[in-house]
Amino acid sequence: MIVLITSILAITLRAGTSLVYATIGEIYTERSGILNLGLEGMMLMGAVTSFATVYYTGSLALAVLAAMFVGMILSSIHAFLSITMRANQVVSGLSITLFGTGFASFLGQRLGPAENGKYLIGLIGEKFTPIAIPGLSGVPLIGAFFNQDLLTYITYLIIPIAWFYMYKTKNGLNLRAVGDNPQTADAMGIDVLKTRYLYTILGGMLVALGGAHLSLAYAPGWTENITGGRGWIVIALVIFSMWNPSRAIWGALLFGGINAVQFRLQASGTDIPASFLNMLPYLATIIALVVMTWIEKYNKKIGAPGALATSYMRGEK
Amino acid sequence: MEEKQPVPILEMKKITKQFPGVLANEDVDLELFKGEVLALLGENGAGKSTLMNILSGLTRPDSGEIILNGKAVDIDSPRDAMHLGIGMVHQNFKLVSTMTVAENVILGLDSENFVLDMKKVGKKINEISDHYRLKVDPDAYIWQMSVGEQQRVEILKLIYRGAEVLILDEPTAVLTPQESNELNEIVKKMTKEGKSAIFITHKMDEVMNFSDWVRVLQKGKLVSVVRTRDTNPKDLANLMVGREVLFRIEKKKCNPGEVRLEVKNVSALNSKGIEALKDVSFSIRAGEILGIAGVAGNGQRELTETITGLHKVLKGHIFVEGEDMTNKAPIDLIKAGVSHIPSDRVAMGIVGDMSVASNLAMKEYRKAPLTQYGLLHPKRIFNLAKGMIELFMISTPSPNTNVKFLSGGNIQKTILAREIGACRGLLIAVYPARGLDVGATESVRKEIIAERDNGKAVLLVSEDLEELISVSDRIAVMSEGTIMGIVDTETADIESLGLMMAGVSLKESGAKGG
Repeated sequence: MIVLITSILAITLRAGTSLVYATIGEIYTERSGILNLGLEGMMLMGAVTSFATVYYTGSLALAVLAAMFVGMILSSIHAFLSITMRANQVVSGLSITLFGTGFASFLGQRLGPAENGKYLIGLIGEKFTPIAIPGLSGVPLIGAFFNQDLLTYITYLIIPIAWFYMYKTKNGLNLRAVGDNPQTADAMGIDVLKTRYLYTILGGMLVALGGAHLSLAYAPGWTENITGGRGWIVIALVIFSMWNPSRAIWGALLFGGINAVQFRLQASGTDIPASFLNMLPYLATIIALVVMTWIEKYNKKIGAPGALATSYMRGEK
Repeated sequence: MEEKQPVPILEMKKITKQFPGVLANEDVDLELFKGEVLALLGENGAGKSTLMNILSGLTRPDSGEIILNGKAVDIDSPRDAMHLGIGMVHQNFKLVSTMTVAENVILGLDSENFVLDMKKVGKKINEISDHYRLKVDPDAYIWQMSVGEQQRVEILKLIYRGAEVLILDEPTAVLTPQESNELNEIVKKMTKEGKSAIFITHKMDEVMNFSDWVRVLQKGKLVSVVRTRDTNPKDLANLMVGREVLFRIEKKKCNPGEVRLEVKNVSALNSKGIEALKDVSFSIRAGEILGIAGVAGNGQRELTETITGLHKVLKGHIFVEGEDMTNKAPIDLIKAGVSHIPSDRVAMGIVGDMSVASNLAMKEYRKAPLTQYGLLHPKRIFNLAKGMIELFMISTPSPNTNVKFLSGGNIQKTILAREIGACRGLLIAVYPARGLDVGATESVRKEIIAERDNGKAVLLVSEDLEELISVSDRIAVMSEGTIMGIVDTETADIESLGLMMAGVSLKESGAKGG
């Protein structure tokens, strides 16, 4: 039994990694007051470019950098539209998703080698493999945490750092003020537009890195719709986390855990239809979202950034 | 008495700022001396806030210069102002309500460590609050605090940042009298230590109690500079309102009929939970215009909104044509024949993206002939609108033009046409001529008088004493939610009205009651 739970936990962490990156990225973006609904598109683009890079160069480091570069480009477009042009952030974000989804699919059919009909689908490349930490990986339960790939290990660091930066540093304080009350932040001498650009782009890079984890580690290779809607799940997880990076882990574990359990159930040949099991993570997300939103109503202190999805311009009459 | 001429620490020279359609500041000069308090006095829209926004870096002047400690400075942003030691407490506080006092105090400060030391910050805040007796808990969240406490945080924030010049924009508007006194003590303590302050206000008693110097602005221009000890509230009221010759519109003698509106001991809270109306009573008869004078924010908004069903009455009763309409829904008051020209014509008076015709039909559309068998009759709406456009001389390309494309004056005429068209007993007009040019103003005033002559009861709220005197039959003066007195227009004079606006009661002001 312990062995089973340990293995489910290990899969949970693996499944949750891409979500942790994307959730923390989007939390930072939304904390600056910018809603980026382009997540799904950016994750797919991150996944396809990182896999293509690793296929041709064999370098995982280059693949990760390529994904982050694409995330930077796409989120810069969103930042330009919603911060400088003051466009509707929902529309801009959705366009990024529509573009990213289509373009990733297109690249998946064009970037491959000629002998594979230019398709990336079905190819095998380098991947992040689990690195067992000697001594720790053998411990029941806890061992699940120490038999993971490098990108998962990095999330163990990124979560506390992201939390510390947001709540304990000067820059984090300024960031929260910009997203909550840009008028006040501006009057206090904080450069609202610069801050928003910075964290929208940083967030986009993390989101694309989340996508890269899918094609480089979780399900190595490229398949159409490899994200399976994770970009949308993350939007819910951000709310579930109450925009607090330290809670991103719980959302990611919940979704990843249910994913792992349903995976196990399907493998064990249960009578429950597969499509019902596939639905469970999404159902859990909706329920979690409803519960958290309900709790939030009774707690004024934490919640959505006050100026989320609104553009800012210094008050001229 | 010989006085040495000290050098001002701050000078603003020939400041001019043009906003689209409004010249907010024109060649305004300002001098501030070390350790003194300067009061900037003026009516709403006189340009006080614009001038101070320029000083605090929120607005750029079109021309003029700012000299601080003898050196010309360029203030491009609030950050620049802060570095120069100029800090402003805005009317809408610049605080992040989800953060603590300490977090708000250090927000945006470069001098803090990268990893924040909140203990040290808290200690420094406690030192400042002990020194100036600004009672504040550094760890309390802003959203838990009263308005008075929040203001203390704002002041503390400026001191923490080393501000030498403090700008306070109508600081007592939101305070109780006790809190105002505390604020006065704090400011006095600060000036004693060599800091200087500029106060924006339109309250006479505040000027007298707080300031050393007074500068009076009127329509964007500086009209007077006086030492506070050499002046008195009455003179200041005159300076603020202006001494232009009164312009009276020809009107027939008032011939009042039966009581149309009776407001009986009405009290109400404002949106912040502070008592905004205190035991207000008056009545208006058919064929009579009652003017409500007073500085904006003294309960006028709450008064008109309680009568139109938009605001909750806490105590007391409102009778329309003898029927108790207290806390009835707006639709019931519309059905009772009450018309309302709201103060914010764009936000409350029209739907900008709908046509002029639709806006004109907005009160009558529920009934025949505009609605038949539950369906709107567009042709009839169009024809009705065409008639009204001609009658009220609304200048619009077509009845189907979106109303937001019309000028302010024509938007106001559209509202006026609709409200007068639907009015059967009582017309409530709030700042009906605000922002209109001379011609439009005159036609609006004439329409209101015409309604009176048609036997309607009219409640006219205005900040413009000249308008009240030329249009209304009686004038009630409001100050801090109470009616200071009601006078006959025939016997009213601007000085005593101004004094009542400043909170002096009818008897003391020397006017004859009506």
